[in-house]
Amino acid sequence: MARIKKAWLLLPVLALLLTTPATAQTTPAHQEGIQIGLSTDNVAITAGFSGANLTIFGALEDPDPQIVRQGRYDVIVVLEGPSRPVRVRRKDRVLGVWVNLESETFENVPVSYSVATTRPLQDITEPASYKQLSLGPNNIYMQPADPDQAPATIREFTQALRQRKTAAGLYSENIGGVQFLSQNLFRATVRLAPDVSVGTHRARAFLFKNGVFLKENSAQLEIRKSGFEQAVFRLAHNHGPFYSMLAIALAILTGWLGRIVFRKD
Amino acid sequence: MSIYLPIAEISVNVFVLLAMGGAVGFLSGMFGVGGGFLITPLLIFYNIPPAIAVATGANQVIASSFSGALSHLKRGTLDFKLAGVLLAGGIVGSTGGIYVFSVLRSIGQLDLFISLLYVIMLGTVGGLMLVESVNALRASRGGSPLPLKKPGQHNWIHRLPLKMRFRASKLFVSVIPVLALGAGIGFLSAIMGVGGGFIMVPALIYLLRVPTNVVIGTSLFQIIFTSAYTTFIHATTNYTVDIILAFLLMVGGVAGAQYGAKAGQKLRGEQLRALLALLVLAVALRLAVDLFVKPPSIYSLSAVGLG
Repeated sequence: MARIKKAWLLLPVLALLLTTPATAQTTPAHQEGIQIGLSTDNVAITAGFSGANLTIFGALEDPDPQIVRQGRYDVIVVLEGPSRPVRVRRKDRVLGVWVNLESETFENVPVSYSVATTRPLQDITEPASYKQLSLGPNNIYMQPADPDQAPATIREFTQALRQRKTAAGLYSENIGGVQFLSQNLFRATVRLAPDVSVGTHRARAFLFKNGVFLKENSAQLEIRKSGFEQAVFRLAHNHGPFYSMLAIALAILTGWLGRIVFRKD
Repeated sequence: MSIYLPIAEISVNVFVLLAMGGAVGFLSGMFGVGGGFLITPLLIFYNIPPAIAVATGANQVIASSFSGALSHLKRGTLDFKLAGVLLAGGIVGSTGGIYVFSVLRSIGQLDLFISLLYVIMLGTVGGLMLVESVNALRASRGGSPLPLKKPGQHNWIHRLPLKMRFRASKLFVSVIPVLALGAGIGFLSAIMGVGGGFIMVPALIYLLRVPTNVVIGTSLFQIIFTSAYTTFIHATTNYTVDIILAFLLMVGGVAGAQYGAKAGQKLRGEQLRALLALLVLAVALRLAVDLFVKPPSIYSLSAVGLG
């Protein structure tokens, strides 16, 4: 059965890497950069899809060899799903029954958010700088649709939203998921949940040096259903009457065939 | 082996679904019910979103009731006229049910309403059936005649106006309760994803006094159309029918039903009804527990703008 294709990122900077040590000697001020680039810009979900690991390759540009030796460069790679509004509901007890009562809507919540890092997040940089970058499952800024709500309520529902997404495997952290293969080259492994959303996902790479954020780079990745699944989905949404007739006819045919195949009387 | 469901948008195990369909099919063949009242809760327990479970359940019911109705058609135990009147009511009820379904979904109370309806309907029907069948079992063991009212004996329903003659059922009864019954079941069918056989069968027997031998065939025949209509509306308004999911359940269900029907013939009527009652009560109890026990997370997420 077909499986998700690994999206290998190309190394557009390979030539540059070879020359870096020479230039490092002459220019002490390093102009670090980070590169990722996808060899495939779309991933197809087929019938057998049950989640996958996506491997992303990337490279540092012009790193300081001394800092590389000390292991003071850190990379965080994020695969962020399309943003959509989400409603969070809370159940409370009414006459002993758990009923959805309060709710809060958030605009532009990423459907999925997989992070891979070189080290645990708290070891890379300060919480304040994560907040500023809106980086990490616990730091993404969730915009409430109704900002006049009590801050405590918004905090509570934001917290709950992150918790539910994490529990569903849609928000994940893979500590140690980014590994340096050489001075410049790194590999990041991010998790795609079985119910990953289709749409335009964005791979983003963040570079830190000594706990200070330096650069960010991103690439786009289209995740879509493969031929048959996509056809069924399209048919159901664009040609509802025809699709439902098909569903009914299929049911009648199955019922009739079942009768013939299994008939004992 | 897992398969990705294009409408439910999740990955599920093929064999779990086939087995689920097979087990429910076996029971439905045995008891002569569509099995929708088992399929929908099972799908919900298996993490299929309730809205998809309901609509796909309705689609699955078509297959099992068509298969069942065919054998009754062959034996002639089917009242077309009665089924037609029930169906007329059913279409009206189903339309209303789908409207209520969409409204509840948009205000976030659909899951609760589905569970509540299941608990109430299954609890009531299961309870009544259990009492009746246990009494019948006791009576037959004691050798005394059945204390049940005989078919043909009249109750208030038979005093209503607009009478109509249903020849195959040997019945002369007002169309009002027949239409109302059809509408009520159509409504439930739309919201609960059931054919409604588990309500229709006892209602036809105990309320309208339809002879038992034509009840199941007529109910199944009528259910084909009500659930086809429900499927059609759900698929065109809520986009919640997953044809792949439905097909896997149907294949399991149709196969299971044929063996279930064989097994059912070995049991006596009262025994069958008592077993069915226990099964119905068990499902009701399981759903009730979920309503009253604190859920693992009191928070839930839903997409906005999907109706």
